[in-house]
Amino acid sequence: MNIHEYQSKQILREFGVKVPEGKAVFSPEEAARVAKDLSSPYVVKAQIHAGGRGKAGGVKIAHNIDDVKKFASELLGKVLVTHQTGPEGKEVNRLLIEEGSNIAKEYYLSFVIDRKTAQVVMMGSEEGGMEIEQVAADTPEKIFYEYIDPVAGLMPFQTRRMAFNMHFKPEVQGKVTKLMHCLYEAFIAKDCSIAEINPLVVTKENDVVALDAKLNFDDSALYRHPDIEALRDTTEEDPKELAAAKAGLSYVNLGGDVACMVNGAGLAMATVDIIKFYGGEPANFLDVGGDSTVEKIAEAFRIMQSDDQVHSVFVNIFGGINKCDVIAAGIVEAAKVVGLRVPVVVRLDGTNVDKGRAILKDNPVKEVVMAEKMDEGAKLAVELAAKHAAEAKA
Amino acid sequence: MGIFVGKDSRVVVQGITGKQATFHTKIMKDYGSNVVAGVTPGRAGEKVLGTIPVFNTVSDAVQETGANVSVIYVPARFAADSIMEAADAGVDLVCCITEHIPVLDMVKVRHYLKNRKTKFIGPNCPGILTVDECRLGLLPTYIHKKGHVGVVSRSGTLTYEVTYQLTMAGIGQTTCIGIGGDPVKGMDFVEVLDAFNQDDETLAVMMIGEIGGTAEEEAAAWIKANMKKPVIGFISGQQAPPGKRMGHAGAIISGGKGTAADKIKALNAAGIEVAKTVASMGETAVRVLKEAGLYEKCHTC
Repeated sequence: MNIHEYQSKQILREFGVKVPEGKAVFSPEEAARVAKDLSSPYVVKAQIHAGGRGKAGGVKIAHNIDDVKKFASELLGKVLVTHQTGPEGKEVNRLLIEEGSNIAKEYYLSFVIDRKTAQVVMMGSEEGGMEIEQVAADTPEKIFYEYIDPVAGLMPFQTRRMAFNMHFKPEVQGKVTKLMHCLYEAFIAKDCSIAEINPLVVTKENDVVALDAKLNFDDSALYRHPDIEALRDTTEEDPKELAAAKAGLSYVNLGGDVACMVNGAGLAMATVDIIKFYGGEPANFLDVGGDSTVEKIAEAFRIMQSDDQVHSVFVNIFGGINKCDVIAAGIVEAAKVVGLRVPVVVRLDGTNVDKGRAILKDNPVKEVVMAEKMDEGAKLAVELAAKHAAEAKA
Repeated sequence: MGIFVGKDSRVVVQGITGKQATFHTKIMKDYGSNVVAGVTPGRAGEKVLGTIPVFNTVSDAVQETGANVSVIYVPARFAADSIMEAADAGVDLVCCITEHIPVLDMVKVRHYLKNRKTKFIGPNCPGILTVDECRLGLLPTYIHKKGHVGVVSRSGTLTYEVTYQLTMAGIGQTTCIGIGGDPVKGMDFVEVLDAFNQDDETLAVMMIGEIGGTAEEEAAAWIKANMKKPVIGFISGQQAPPGKRMGHAGAIISGGKGTAADKIKALNAAGIEVAKTVASMGETAVRVLKEAGLYEKCHTC
């Protein structure tokens, strides 16, 4: 789960990390009011769940209150397109108004999970303000790593070594190592998957400040962090993905017009791939899970058909725990209660396949076509989508 | 033969009194697996399916029944504890089916398992099945036929799909293992490939990977240096957008790392043929086996 920068900074503040003075606002008037309690210069920062905001014009420096108000009205409601938002961009609904910092030098610091060693790793670099992926590609020797023993935790020798490696000047070493411990504590206490400060800055006054902050959280651990769950901004999430999550379905919108409904994440990914392989544009990834019910299947159809995006649906099921008869009954039910407005190609195999096929045969639905084999089904779904799209246009 | 589980496995089911666990315990027993005990704290003395004794702790189960393999079907918030309990009781193998275990819990589990003899499969996996000998987990039994190809996969349904395609093509299997879709997990490809490499019955291996992490790249390098048997690959997630989690917690391209293209490239560079689509995994295996002169031997069903 993602949260906004200002929310991340509030959490870090609670853990003792120094962040710039500031507050989130929702209107230009509120922006001006907040700025009055801060000292100039002011930073007006668009709050969206995507990086690259600075380059996209989402961060402005103002030297007086009028400019704060002006920039705030320009940014609120604006659609920001960054390299992380996709071409459709994201609308700005809230801003963070902050005091500017007197930056002497920028650094990079983060904690992530290292899959291979199954440990939390601290990463640091002198190359702050840049994307760490770029640093890793161009100058990997400038990134330093400290792997953390889960029982001992982050040790002082590790933060010292990191601070030396990152070439902090002696006057700020103590502040830097303290900040590293605070950030690690936040990472563990809140079940983060990423805790990143980029840039971490040393100011001309020798303060060590988190100028930006990004916290991501482990979805599987949210049950023990209701305070984090409460920070969720649903306007940042795809409405279909939200509806799917509520129904216990795993859905990712991919923008194309050939939808698919699959059981199992691996097969669902592979189904998206095979649609593309046969020249179609996949509309989504959709895993209905291992314990599907008729209601879940019907809800999946409701979500896939909730707008005009989709021109065909490919149902690709291998019944392991999921029984083909349940899926087939779900399709028949969906046709009844949701209605099918696009062609649906169904490939069933595995547990109770004969029962499943019989249900579809005995309850014929005009839009439903059976496919004996998976590749035939994928091809047919692509063809039917093109045909349906052409008809819809005409 | 096969790997990790077989005729000698004496299975304890953790969480056995749960609905799913009881359901799958019956399938395990019907398949011939030697299920000797179950564990549900506070339910000692009960019997499941009429014959399987329930114990309060895994160590009681091990002491009383000589259980040496554990399979875990307990809810996510208790699962890490259950894995450590099994390791503490000294079983040789623990296989955890549970999905959605917090990653930091798995970090602790991995640390706990260091310097212990217990091997670990999962979590968030369909389990393991050695054909006609032993089944742990969720795998549908009827799709498996005895033979000489090992299957290892990060995805549950793709384990079933590829096994079914192999069986339909007349290619039987030794052991099929789903290693799970989580970012921090037990055994990875290399450990499983190593075991298949040493198993006399296994003549070739089907390996199913997906986006996220670098386990496939590491496997490719290991195969090139060590593997004596042909490996056939498949990678799902070629169309996955970066930064989006595709169902599995571990299936995410982050920082440009972990793409399907990189993995396919690494496997091809190690001389491994990768099936073009999910529908052609079986036929790709047949072709590779024919080229290796193993088709006749592997055509067992």
